[in-house]
Amino acid sequence: MSVNQQTHTGPPYGQPQPGYQGYQQPAYGGQPLPGVPHAQYGAYNGPVPGYQQPVPPQGYFPSLGFPSKGSPVSLNSDTSLAPNFIGSVRAPSTSGTSLSSGHLGYSPFGQGDVQNGIPASTAPMQRPPTSQPFLPGSAPVPVSQTSTFQQYGPPPAGVQQLSNHMAGMTIGSTSTSAPPPAGLGYGPPTSVPPVSGSFSATGSGLYTPYTASQGPPPPSVSQGLPLAQPPFSGQPVSTQRLPTQVPGFAPPPSSTGIGPSSYPPTTGAPRPPAMPGPPLPGQTAAGPPTSQPNHVSSPPPPPSTLSGPHPGPPMSGLHGPPPPTHPPQPGYQMQQNGSFGQVRGPQPNYGGAYPGTPNYGSQPGPPPPPKRLDPDSIPSPIQVIEDDRSNRGSEPFVTGVRGQVPPLVTTNFLVKDQGNASPRYIRCTSYNIPCTSDMAKQSQVPLAAVIKPLATLPPDETLPYLVDHGESGPVRCNRCKAYMCPFMQFIEGGRRFQCCFCSCVTEVPPHYFQHLDHTGKRVDFYDRPELSLGSYEFLATVDYCKNNKFPSPPAFIFMIDVSYNAVKSGLVRLICEELKSLLDYLPREGNMEESAIRVGFVTYNKVLHFYNVKSSLAQPQMMVVSDVADMFVPLLDGFLVNVNESRTVIVSLLDQIPEMFADTRETETVFGPVIQAGLEALKAAECAGKLFIFHTSLPIAEAPGKLKNRDDKKLINTDKEKTLFQPQTSFYNNLAKDCVAQGCCVDLFLFPNQYLDVATLGIVTYQTGGSIYKYAYFQLETDQDRFLNDLRRDVQKEVGFDAVMRVRTSTGIRATDFFGAFYMSNTTDVEMAGLDCDKTITVEFKHDDKLSEDSGALLQCALLYTSCAGQRRLRIHNLSLNCCTQLADLYRNCETDTLINYLAKYAYRGVLNSPVKTVRDALINQCAQILACYRKNCASPSSAGQLILPECMKLLPVYLNCVLKSDVLQPGPEVTTDDRAYIRQLVTSMDVAETNVFFYPRLLPLTKADVDSDSLPAAIRNSEERLSKGDIYLLENGLNIFVWVGVNVQQGLIQNLFGVSSFSQISSTLNTLPVLENPFSKKVRSIVDMLQVQRSRYMKLIIVKQEDKLEMLFKHFLVEDKSLTGGASYVDFLCHMHKEIRQLLS
Amino acid sequence: MATYLEFIQQNEERDGVRFSWNVWPSSRLEATRMVVPLACLLTPLKERPDLPPLQYEPVLCSRPTCKAVLNPLCQVDYRAKLWACNFCFQRNQFPPAYAGISEVNQPAELMPQFSTIEYIVQRGPQTPLIFLYVVDTCLEEEDLQALKESLQMSLSLLPADALVGLITFGRMVQVHELSCEGISKSYVFRGTKDLTAKQIQDMLGLSRPAVPIQQGRPLQTQEQPAISSRFLQPVHKIDMNLTDLLGELQRDPWPVTQGKRPLRSTGVALSIAVGLLEGTFPNTGARIMLFTGGPPTQGPGMVVGDELKTPIRSWHDIEKDNARFMKKATKHYETLANRTAANGHCIDIYACALDQTGLLEMKCCANLTGGHMVMGDSFNTSLFKQTFQRVFNKGFNGDFRMAFGASLEVKTSRELKIAGAIGPCVSLNAKGPCVSENELGIGGTSQWKICSLDPSTTLAIYFEVVNQHNAPIPQGGRGAVQFVTQYQHSSTQKRIRVTTIARNWADAQSQLQHIEAAFDQEAAAVLMARLGVYRAESEEGPDVLRWLDRQLIRLCQKFGQYNKDDPNSFRLSESFSLYPQFMFHLRRSPFLQVFNNSPDESSYYRHHFARQDLTQSLIMIQPILYAYSFHGPPEPVLLDSSSILPDRILLMDTFFQIVIYLGETIAQWQKAGYQDMPEYENFKHLLQAPLDDAQEILQTRFPMPRYIHTEHGGSQARFLLSKVNPSQTHNNLYAWGQESGAPILTDDVSLQVFMDHLKKLAVSSAS
Repeated sequence: MSVNQQTHTGPPYGQPQPGYQGYQQPAYGGQPLPGVPHAQYGAYNGPVPGYQQPVPPQGYFPSLGFPSKGSPVSLNSDTSLAPNFIGSVRAPSTSGTSLSSGHLGYSPFGQGDVQNGIPASTAPMQRPPTSQPFLPGSAPVPVSQTSTFQQYGPPPAGVQQLSNHMAGMTIGSTSTSAPPPAGLGYGPPTSVPPVSGSFSATGSGLYTPYTASQGPPPPSVSQGLPLAQPPFSGQPVSTQRLPTQVPGFAPPPSSTGIGPSSYPPTTGAPRPPAMPGPPLPGQTAAGPPTSQPNHVSSPPPPPSTLSGPHPGPPMSGLHGPPPPTHPPQPGYQMQQNGSFGQVRGPQPNYGGAYPGTPNYGSQPGPPPPPKRLDPDSIPSPIQVIEDDRSNRGSEPFVTGVRGQVPPLVTTNFLVKDQGNASPRYIRCTSYNIPCTSDMAKQSQVPLAAVIKPLATLPPDETLPYLVDHGESGPVRCNRCKAYMCPFMQFIEGGRRFQCCFCSCVTEVPPHYFQHLDHTGKRVDFYDRPELSLGSYEFLATVDYCKNNKFPSPPAFIFMIDVSYNAVKSGLVRLICEELKSLLDYLPREGNMEESAIRVGFVTYNKVLHFYNVKSSLAQPQMMVVSDVADMFVPLLDGFLVNVNESRTVIVSLLDQIPEMFADTRETETVFGPVIQAGLEALKAAECAGKLFIFHTSLPIAEAPGKLKNRDDKKLINTDKEKTLFQPQTSFYNNLAKDCVAQGCCVDLFLFPNQYLDVATLGIVTYQTGGSIYKYAYFQLETDQDRFLNDLRRDVQKEVGFDAVMRVRTSTGIRATDFFGAFYMSNTTDVEMAGLDCDKTITVEFKHDDKLSEDSGALLQCALLYTSCAGQRRLRIHNLSLNCCTQLADLYRNCETDTLINYLAKYAYRGVLNSPVKTVRDALINQCAQILACYRKNCASPSSAGQLILPECMKLLPVYLNCVLKSDVLQPGPEVTTDDRAYIRQLVTSMDVAETNVFFYPRLLPLTKADVDSDSLPAAIRNSEERLSKGDIYLLENGLNIFVWVGVNVQQGLIQNLFGVSSFSQISSTLNTLPVLENPFSKKVRSIVDMLQVQRSRYMKLIIVKQEDKLEMLFKHFLVEDKSLTGGASYVDFLCHMHKEIRQLLS
Repeated sequence: MATYLEFIQQNEERDGVRFSWNVWPSSRLEATRMVVPLACLLTPLKERPDLPPLQYEPVLCSRPTCKAVLNPLCQVDYRAKLWACNFCFQRNQFPPAYAGISEVNQPAELMPQFSTIEYIVQRGPQTPLIFLYVVDTCLEEEDLQALKESLQMSLSLLPADALVGLITFGRMVQVHELSCEGISKSYVFRGTKDLTAKQIQDMLGLSRPAVPIQQGRPLQTQEQPAISSRFLQPVHKIDMNLTDLLGELQRDPWPVTQGKRPLRSTGVALSIAVGLLEGTFPNTGARIMLFTGGPPTQGPGMVVGDELKTPIRSWHDIEKDNARFMKKATKHYETLANRTAANGHCIDIYACALDQTGLLEMKCCANLTGGHMVMGDSFNTSLFKQTFQRVFNKGFNGDFRMAFGASLEVKTSRELKIAGAIGPCVSLNAKGPCVSENELGIGGTSQWKICSLDPSTTLAIYFEVVNQHNAPIPQGGRGAVQFVTQYQHSSTQKRIRVTTIARNWADAQSQLQHIEAAFDQEAAAVLMARLGVYRAESEEGPDVLRWLDRQLIRLCQKFGQYNKDDPNSFRLSESFSLYPQFMFHLRRSPFLQVFNNSPDESSYYRHHFARQDLTQSLIMIQPILYAYSFHGPPEPVLLDSSSILPDRILLMDTFFQIVIYLGETIAQWQKAGYQDMPEYENFKHLLQAPLDDAQEILQTRFPMPRYIHTEHGGSQARFLLSKVNPSQTHNNLYAWGQESGAPILTDDVSLQVFMDHLKKLAVSSAS
């Protein structure tokens, strides 16, 4: 019954969909999906017009007839172009994009637009085929496309260069110099002209108009994309400048003084400023844009430079000279502002920046004031997220184009599969891969893909189609065994196909033969998902099954610790009660009436108790196995049963379990044998399945896998620290191997009151693709909801069993390393006993040959698994990436969130083998190299005092700092060894969205929430400085939700939210918000619920009162601040980073 | 005492003892020349309705090495209140309680008619009897159902306070906890892994943690019964519970694929049963009752693999040394049996299957502990059902016909020493002055443990005369033997039964006739047969036969009257006349002949032969044949093919089988339905008569014999034909009158031929 009730409250039970919707809505638009786009659009248009007006796009749009879309799109494209300059850069590029899009006629789709200027060019190529269906609408398009295409070809290069320059963030002196050029800049445009020229040529009619419209500034930009950039670059570029001297960040000071002021606009009312379009153009024209176009001038404008951010006074000293120079330059400031403040929302930022600029100029003078680098002047994650959301959230992301960078994970967008896998399935660190390994090495940018093969899709996206190729199984390449996919080339009239991965030619099986049309495409192209979609499933034949036998439906086995602690805490009773209803919600396939999954029950302490719950029995039978040294399953028939058939017996059993052990005095537990038992049971039943183990203590009873307490905090920061992460016995590794072989996935729910060695216990879970949930000091009252919600979700979620995943790639690169919860018996196949919709595998690629720009790089991820109904299937995800010969292209198509996901996993694995310090240093070093490489090869020359960050990576330092400060790599005294091991495992399976919020928690000012709308209040940066004593904030990181209450919060709010009359009466032990009938309470609770639904785990709610004890804990998550455990603040770290980079460069 | 026959019979009735020689040769040398050793068959608990037990402790000789019990043979000085031990001649003071004795006021143990007497003593706490069922679940549905019903029924037969336990096994072994409400609980063990008693107790949670024990005894004693009570509960308490539990027993659920035997963990199941009792109730009366429907196929004690294509070992395989698992399995069960014996528990084996079940390997479990062994075709037969029911039969006084944990001590006067014993016992390794160095059977001790026995359990005890030829025993001297049996009565009382007997010594040279006349050929035949069977367990069959033959020839040479080298002159006195014939049938019996018998059958037959009393043993050696005809009242007839006549109904009792055989004519009449015609009512009576007689035998015998009703030419007639002396075979058919008997198609020698050879060899001067 409880379940039923739950159902209502928790969509989890009922349908995932609601959840999803909720997710999107709240998160982004705050309004139902449908509404969102509109709303956003509206918003956008607002600004856009202002902005764009100057820009030619408009002209285009009209022509296209999709103005509205066009504009947003254009914005996006800009983004890509101007990697460096967050705000500004993008803006320009946008415009450029818009252009390109216009040409293509893409604008309607948005996709094209989305892609950056350059990519756009490629995009068009591909589109024709894909988009054809769409085209009809815009007849003219086709033509334009082709033409554009060709034209683009050439331009790209130019564009890239431009962009590169743009990307460079000039700081300090550079900027100084830059500004002027910029200002004059327009002169530079001339230099640009060439580019534009080419463009115009290509663009023909279209282009010209554009340029024309843009007139002065753009002209230089005129090169479709480039054009866009220039404006951007101008300002945006500068964005990131940090005064070299961190503390001395003199420049920032400027920002402080003025910056703040300038900033506010950006953040708070960024758009308005943006609106002021007029100024922008002016500015853009003046500074950045020009500079960019002019490669020469690049130094000044493009780079988002951090001038003199360096920490050390010495630095400042050194830089001393430059800074001063900077100040004077207005341009500089502008850049800074722009770059930092505005991440992606070029327009708004732009605006912001601009206003700022002037200030800057004046401020520079002030530099003296604070020595510190102004936090507002450094790249803001919030800004980047907001900008991306507003730029890209409104358009569906259509995957037909090779190598396009998807919107950020924080953006709510719709995906249309047109030949590439949705970013919900695969995200890459870079969508443009260096052609050679030398380039890759030089850049140090890791090439990795984060794959979530069974990701849950929002309800309005279609699930992968199931394809049945009949008895002979899926059509595959003869040589590399790649599966049929949209990139396979049919030749000889369709009789053969050439593999897109290895180029081998394979006969088309007769039953699969189909004629080709005049474009060389199969006639049945649209009828076959495997030819037209990026993700689809094949029905596997018996050859793909273990022992050449179709699998039986999987089984769930619930294994409950009934030792003293578990019984006393009420846990056993709770689980039993919950299971009674939960069993009705086992995952089922499609529209099956009842789940095919069978269930079994085991309880254990020092011995194991199996239960026979066969439907024909009058009462359940308990079978005790005491021979834990040599585990076996005492029964076959009646252990795993169909829930409906055996319901009465099961209910009777669940009623009795708590009674039977009510008086237990057994405190010791075993663990290894528990897993063995489950494994043996599945073996005996010849099926795959999942064990849900509810465990409370370190298994010290005499049995295989017995553990001893080896926790030793003294080891922290020593060379032996790594041993804390290593299992203390190899027993569990071997066991895990057996489990994987059988398809036995282990989910672990831990309720420890003390150390229980997660690092060792978790091994099996980890290697079988299971999940660990940990509830330290479990108390029924406070942790019940969290546990039950987790359990429900864990039981209900979609899951595949006995899975093997292989990633095939184009010749030239190879998947070399894998991160995640799985087991590998060889170097290519990732084996997972179970794989659920939340599990993510990160795959790293390395070159083993050259790639070609023409053919790009393809990935095919094939996952063979058994569905929850026991059907053997292959899920295929295909993704095509671009290849580049210019480093700038690489830097322009990176995704920082994915990069962080990779780096975190890499580092977390590293702690197993190296001292934590080594790992941290390696991380910092790699990062420095990446940025230094950019600076050296892509950014326009500028003074060494400038920190220039690539647009796409401008958040890399702040995020990386969060990783470095995380509990695993830099534990505080209150962090237990188990916590660290737990988090280490969690992170290893996280997808990009999860790592993003985990490392940079979301901080929402609740008091700013609009109680009348569904939207979330705008997030703010994670720094104590941003907190106001009079407000209430919510912080979530995917594991916890903190509600921080300032001391000066109005009593009315407190009354509304907590139902008590004063601050002092708020109980900090609350773990839920009281249900009160007032708008504020409802709003806050709805926000909390919304957040809960978004995450794969139910978050623990903690009320934190300002200046209370718990606040220390809370502050730990204010990741931009210096942490108590020695973690650097964002500013400090950025300075440090700069120093590192400079060292590398010198 | 008119004849020795009467004397022998009297002695048997009173003391349950039959000696091969009732007058003893007085020197070692002479004794060995007698060929048949001086030995006796002792039935320690022979039912004696007329024997009132004494409610006090026996009086013992005070010499520590003797400790003989006061008996009628002792010299008593009533005035001095002294008695002299008749074994060691120690003079002992009577205890204070005997202060009032005199010639006219003798305690019972001094009266000559109480040469056997029983004491009830109060020693130690009385623990209820324990019955632990160990049930095979790898049975056919029908069999299992029948077995379940039998077991449920048996609950009502047990004493109400008896403790019962249940272990089931198949691929796994389950020890059922009996006192659970709402859920049935059992401990499960892997069927392939042998566990030590300690492990078993740990796993069953029977061993107390060390702490409470240290705290003090009281606590421990309080908790101890509580612990074991989970598995062993008084019948009256869990009667219903256990009935339900048994009712819910399912066949072993593990799938058995085509061409495989079910995996049956008999070895481990027994091991756990033994371990369970060992830990909880050592040295109290307990029966482990194993019900199995097939051979152990896995784990320790496995007898055959699970592949059906490899058949279970046959005698042929064993001779060829092809029985892979036999040695190991035997060792496993022997270890178990010895442990069980050490604990004073016993193991019954009820094996019902068409194929062999591994009795060969498991036999020691029953043999060494005094347990029953029952072999049948199915649990769904009356053979099993009734036999099982009969285990719980009660004696004349309403007590169960079972006793536990007995130890038998034998004391001899100094001219005698104890060579050994053969029967369902194990040695207690009590060395002493009266233990001979020469072993016959289980020797080297003067005490044996008989973990379970019933009133018919009979041991053969062999002696050695050690008196030297040059130290003659004075005329009229008597040798004495005292048997002291301490046991737990089924009422859980401790009892001691003391039997003291004495026999005259005689000089074999001068008084051979006396000795000869006092020869008990029946006892001698059984005693020799036991020796032979005992040897056959460890020696090659032909060797044993040769040894038997040699003994027989030597006996004939010694006691026959003949002229050298003249077979026709050979005569044997009456007291020896039947002996050769017994030997003839013994040679043909399944105890020594393995041909046509499976190893299991041999073990089964030998098991029973080694524990039944003299009468039953003789039936086993030489089956009894009765003839029913219109020619007169039923009469015993020769066990000979010539007895098989068309107008006779034959009833043969081989102990293991009861065969009713209708002669050719009778069979035809029956087919014609004469018995249903009023005018032929006498025919109906004739048909009925053997059935009634058979029923009588069936009612009393344990185990219940296989009942075979057949007729001339019937396939089952083979049971009869294989037993009768083949005096007429296809070889000599025409030499005999056509009218008489039926020819047996065999090459076995007939009694006639056997005797001819015997005579020839006996009179031959060469040997």
